[in-house]
Parts: sequence; structure tokens; C-alpha cells
Amino acid sequence: MTTPLLQMKDIRKRFGPTVALDQVGLEVHAGEVLALIGENGAGKSTLLKVLSGAHRSDAGEMLIAGELYRPRRPLDARNAGIAMIYQELNLAPDLSVEDNILLGHSGTGGGSLFRKKQRQRVLDVLQMVGLDSLDPTAIVGQQSVATQQLIEVSRALISNAKIILFDEPTSSLPQKDVAQLFKIIARLKEQKIGIIYISHFLEEVRTVADRYCVLRDGKGVGEGSIAEVSDAQIIALMVGRDVSDLYPTIPHQPGDTILCVKGVKGHATSPSIDFSIRSGEIFGLAGLVGSGRTELVRTLFGLDYLAAGSIEFDGQKIHGSVKARMNAGMGLLSEDRKHEGLAQELPIIENTTLGSLGRYTRFGLINLRAREKAAIDLMKTVEVKAHSEYQNVSELSGGNQQKVAIARILHQNAKLLIMDEPTKGIDVGTKSEIYRMMGELAAAGKTVLFISSYLPELLAVCDRIGVMARGGLKEIRDAADWSEDSIMSVATSSER
Amino acid sequence: MLKKQLWKLGPLLAFFAILVFFWLADRTWGQGQFISARNFRVMMSSAALIAVPAFGMTIIIISGGIDLSAGTALTLCGTVLALMLKHAPVAAPETLLESGSMQFTLWMGFALLLMVLTGAGCGMVNGTLISATKVVPFIVTLGTMTIYLGIGQILSQESTVYAPKENVPDWLNLCYTGSNAENYLIPPVNLFGSEITFKIPSSVFITLFLAFAAGVLMRYTVFGRNIFAIGSSESTARLCGINAPLTITAVYTLAGFFVAIGGLLYFADVKNGNPSDGTGKELEIIAAVVLGGGSLSGGRGSIVGTMIGAMIITAIRNGCGLLSIPNTYTLIIIGCIIIVAVVVDQLRHGSPEWFFRMITRNPRGNS
Repeated sequence: MTTPLLQMKDIRKRFGPTVALDQVGLEVHAGEVLALIGENGAGKSTLLKVLSGAHRSDAGEMLIAGELYRPRRPLDARNAGIAMIYQELNLAPDLSVEDNILLGHSGTGGGSLFRKKQRQRVLDVLQMVGLDSLDPTAIVGQQSVATQQLIEVSRALISNAKIILFDEPTSSLPQKDVAQLFKIIARLKEQKIGIIYISHFLEEVRTVADRYCVLRDGKGVGEGSIAEVSDAQIIALMVGRDVSDLYPTIPHQPGDTILCVKGVKGHATSPSIDFSIRSGEIFGLAGLVGSGRTELVRTLFGLDYLAAGSIEFDGQKIHGSVKARMNAGMGLLSEDRKHEGLAQELPIIENTTLGSLGRYTRFGLINLRAREKAAIDLMKTVEVKAHSEYQNVSELSGGNQQKVAIARILHQNAKLLIMDEPTKGIDVGTKSEIYRMMGELAAAGKTVLFISSYLPELLAVCDRIGVMARGGLKEIRDAADWSEDSIMSVATSSER
Repeated sequence: MLKKQLWKLGPLLAFFAILVFFWLADRTWGQGQFISARNFRVMMSSAALIAVPAFGMTIIIISGGIDLSAGTALTLCGTVLALMLKHAPVAAPETLLESGSMQFTLWMGFALLLMVLTGAGCGMVNGTLISATKVVPFIVTLGTMTIYLGIGQILSQESTVYAPKENVPDWLNLCYTGSNAENYLIPPVNLFGSEITFKIPSSVFITLFLAFAAGVLMRYTVFGRNIFAIGSSESTARLCGINAPLTITAVYTLAGFFVAIGGLLYFADVKNGNPSDGTGKELEIIAAVVLGGGSLSGGRGSIVGTMIGAMIITAIRNGCGLLSIPNTYTLIIIGCIIIVAVVVDQLRHGSPEWFFRMITRNPRGNS
């Protein structure tokens, strides 16, 4: 049995009373892809930080090709041949492609740069990742996310990385770029590079990985060859409970039409959009990244300009400011949770009541006690796990932050909740709680407009699904009449 | 590709537009002096006063920082030079062969060295404070700005330092030619032996030389690229092994050197050292960088752009002066130009949504 390229053995790490990693181990061999699977909070990021040297483990050891590896900071990892490619890419957007690739190379200090000499190396590495036609002097900030990711891979290759780690690489990639990424990973395998692939999209893991390792609550709970395990088994390992709980269904009956959109256009040249949603319904909006879903809801909510068409909600014609929409009963949960969903530096209590303080004020002064009580009730309703309503939102996990954002819309007494990618980056446990909440809202007569790029959840949770492509709404059918394939084929259709 | 080139020419086009504007205005309401060889020399000389310290500022801004102390540090250096000359043991010799010329030369050398060290020292203090503490450069240099002013006041004993005329060597006087424009450090060149003499002010030579050196540094050395990297994404730079604290300290120290040369030109202009003159200069210096395409968020800027920026400000000042527009209005005009430049910069690189919605009919955005 050949020596593994990377071994992590019995890694232990605690932060005060919390045990983040408890005797975790993994192995990566040259030319193989190991999938590291686990929910948020399972210990994946801590494990990565230990691997990169940002944290020192309390116990355990790491070996690279059999030799002891004890990094003290991220630079040591890079020098040892480990390249980490995170979701937030580590590139300098104002510099050119070649400058980014060569950053930290070609001498240190005041040496002169000989870009022409290095040009061939840069071109070779770009060719290996399939970017043959990319101009090395192009500015990185202007490239697509997919290209930027591959540029980071090039940087790893030029520094002779032996192990490349991808952390959730596909969450912001359009479908065709995902296929390209897998092709490149296959090429990297041929070069005998060891790859660690972190993702919770099991379909991808099955396509690209050879072996898997599952973490839960800081412990390694299973590993082995991907071919010998089923999705259900992996999920059971991740979640620690039965799979059928994943998409809890709450029975509900859609009522009358509550939202009627006619001829709506965001710009003079965009396609005109017509559809309607009933109260007590969960309406899904599917489509590729770039198909115009976020644009549509922003226009509906008043954040973007309405070039043409009419919106009727709950019997009233909707126009004017966001405030008018909110008063009519619309609530929007934005895709960009960090910047548009929550005020990160403010505590939970402020975030939940943001924008609808009116009911607690008299003469402009806030009745703090009334507000506090309302916030606590809401926290219970959405089951936010925090130790106090005065805790800063930034200290909460992603899933809990999302729950706070949902609480905010509930607090506004929204009758229509527009949720744009509400489960993105959230752990499986919280996801199922959010699905359950949607079901409960529908059962109570409210309406949910659910945008997602993850087809399994749309198919399981929604009553009807509309598919958008190239700015237009192509087709609406009952969820039972859609399948992943049919949604994809409508979403990728090229007629306008 | 063409669009990119056009954008790069932005500052230059703006400069020509301003020249044309003032040429026409001057012809109509003024005395037609704006477009003349003499006025150009005056303008370029003045521009040098802003441009030289602005080169250092360009490097700082590219690295993502800013330096509000540039103005007071500049006059501090000028005051140091003035003080040294005031207390020179012997008068400046007319020729190099006079008795005492060796002594003076040594003293002069020492004075210049002290001036440069003052500038670099001010810069190093800025750089060290910024890299060691986590305080933003704006606040740190706001503090050092006042400190350097204070030090200058102490040295000058709260008044202006005048160096006696005989102590100031000719070549120093000729470093800045400005409006009394007939003597040049470098003798005028006869173009191909014809009657046309090509007189280039000495300050312009100094500026061009420093521009070339700074430009090469930023574009063709690893140090320069690291500075762009730090300004563009400090976390990425650190991850790639770039020693950010050291680089930043070096950047501010280097800028201090440019500030010292600026102090030299300042002294050559006014022939005295007054520390209070410096307050406000830093704003023009920063304006020159921004007008030239530098972005205050770092990662972008160019030496050539800064030179053009300095020329724009000078042209406006000069043009308004020739039209007898009072200084106060000139300030307002310059302020407006700076705001316009910053808005244009924002549009180039990422955009206020409202503006695009106004001017385009095309669908933007994704998802």
C-alpha cells in the first residue's frame, strides 16, 4: 500500500469548553479525490484551519508523504505544497492574471520582474486548466467567477502544489462551468495531485470523488470508497438521523390568487413576465444563475425600477416605494444574507424588528419592553439557537442567521414571503427546519415565493414551479409534473 | 480593448479640454497669454511642486493607504533646509574655486542629507505606526500631520525662517524657475541650431527623472507589484508570502523621500521655510493622484496619471489667475473638478446603479 500523500491522525482541538475536533483523521492518496462531507458546524473549517496552519492542533499529527508536517501559518502550508482554494477567492482583483499567478514568486524584495521570461510558465499552467485562450495581461477582477477559480488553481500548479483543496467550489458556479471544473480535476488527478473536495452536493461528490470522509459534531463518523456507499447512507451519517425527515411536509391548501403579475419588465428590452400565485401556496422559481430570478423579485419588491407592467397584490395595485410594498404585506429575504439580509453588527433583537418598529413607538420613542417580548417570541417561533436576544447576529452560525432574517420578515406580518436562495450554505438540519417553516406558513394562509438553484428541494417543497431562462418566465407547472431533467431542459433552452 | 485604452486616456483628454477651455476664455476676456511658451514653463514649474510629492502619494494610494501628513512634512523639510542655510558657516560661493567653497559644499551636502532624512523619517514614522497598530492610515496621518506641524513650529520658533540670500547657492535658486523665468539650471537647448531655444525649467527635469524612476519601480519590480497586490487584496498578498507590514513601512518611507524633494522645490520657490504653509497642500497632492486615475480603495493608480493630474490642477489655477478670477473661486472650481473626477472613477470601476439605469436601456445584472 503506497504511502498516502497526506495523513491527518487523531487531530484534537478545543476552544475553551467546546470540542471542535475529536480524534479526527483522514488520508489522501496521490491522484485521488477525497470528498470531505459534513454540515456547517461539523468541524470542517476547523480541520482546514489546522491543515493550513492557522490553528495549532492540541494533539495528533500530520504527515505529508510520510514526513512530519507542522505548519505555523498559512504560508508554511503553501510552501509544503498544499493549496487551499476557498469559496471567497484569494485573488487581487486589480492585478493581471499573470501577476496573480506569480504573486509571491520570482524572487522577493526588490528584484526586477521579468514578465516575459515567466510568460511561458504562465501559459503552460493556464493551458493545463483549460484557459488556453485567456490573455495573461487581462485584469482578474473582470473575469467570471469560474475563470477566477481556475486562475487560483493555476497559481497552485505553478507553485508545484501536491495537494489541492476545494472548499465548496460549485456554490456560485453556473452548470456548464461545473462540468469544466470536473474536467480539470480529472486532469489534476492524472498529474498525481491529491485532491480534497468539500461539498454537500452529493450528486457532485459522486461524480468526482473516489473516497469520502464524513464529519459530524467534530468526529469522523465514516469513510470509505464512494462507490460502495449510497446517498441515503451518507446523509444518515451527516445528519445522524433518518433521511425521511429531510423534507418535512405540512399539508396545506392553496386558496385564491393573491399576487397577479402582468406584463412586468425590468427594462424596456427585457421579456415581459406574467404569472400569478395563490395564497397558502409555495411557489418555486427555478432557473440557471443569470436567468433573471433575483432581478424579477427585486422589481416586484420595488428595489429595482419597473419599466412596464402591473403588479396586483391582495387586491391592491402595487407601485411606489419599498415601504408601500412592505405595508401591503410583501417581505423579501435577499440572496445576499451578509450584506442585504442582516445588520451584522447589531444584536438579534434589533435585526428581527428592523423596519417595523412603528408598532412599538409613541411620539417617536420606542417601547423597549414590548419590542423585546416580541423579539423573544419570534426567536422561539423560528427556533434560533442563541444564548440571548442581545447577542450580535455576526456571532451566530449561518443557519441561525438565516432564521433571524426570516423572523424579521415574519415580524413585518408579511403575507407574501419572497425567499431568494434561503438555504444556501446552511446545514442540513436547519434546512429541514426552514422547509417545515415554509409549510407551516402556507398552512396558515401565507404565501411563499421560493427561489433556489437546488432542484431536489424545489421539487420536494413547492406546490408549483416556474422556470426562468434568459430573463423570461418560460413555463409553470405543478411540482408533481416536473422532474430535474425537464426543469433543466427548459432552463437551458435557447429560444427567447 | 479599445474602451480600456480610451478610459486610460481619460485624464489626458480632460487636461486638453481644460487647456482649450482656458485658451478660449483667455482670448476672449484675458490677455491671450495662456497659450505661450513662457506660460507653459511657469505652469510646468508649478506643477512640479505638486507632482513630486504626489509620486510618493501615488505609491501610498496604490497600496491602499493615504497620507494626510504630506503637506506639513513637506514644509517641515523645507524649514529644515532653510534653517541649515540660515546657519551656514560661510556664504555660498559664486564659483567652485573660491576659498570656503569646500566648507560650504560639505555643509550644503549635510543640509540636503538632513532634509532627506527628515522626510524619510516622517514617512517611516507613518509607515511603522500604520503597520504596527491596526489604525487606519487616515487617522494615523491625521495625527502625524499635526505633530509634524508642531515640530516645524518649534524649529522655526513659530515664525518664518529666512535664509540670507548670500547663503543660498545659485543652483538651488534655479531649481524652481516659476515666473521669474529667465535662468535655468540646465542651459536652454537650441533645437538643431535654429533660433528656437528649448528652455525646460529645472524643476521639470527633476520631476521627469523622478517620474521615470518611480514608474519603473512600480511597473517592473517585484516590490512594485507587491504594492499593487497589497492595495488590491491585502489578504491575498499575505497569503502569498508578501511581507505586508515591511512593504507598507517601506512605501511610506519612500513617499517621505519624495516629500523631501518637494520641500526642496518649495524652498527654491519661496526662499524661506514656513511650516504653516504646508497645511492644505496634502489635499492638492491627493487630488492630483485621484485626477490621474488613482483609486482611494487601492490597487489602482499610475505615475503618469498623477503627473497629468498635477498639470490639470496647475492649469486651472494658472488659467483662473490670468483671467483675474479671485483665489477663492478658483478653490471652488478645483473642488468641483475633484468631485467630478471621483464620480467618473466610480463609474469606470463599478458603478452606481442609478446612473446606469438612467443612461442605458440594456438589461444588466445576473441571476
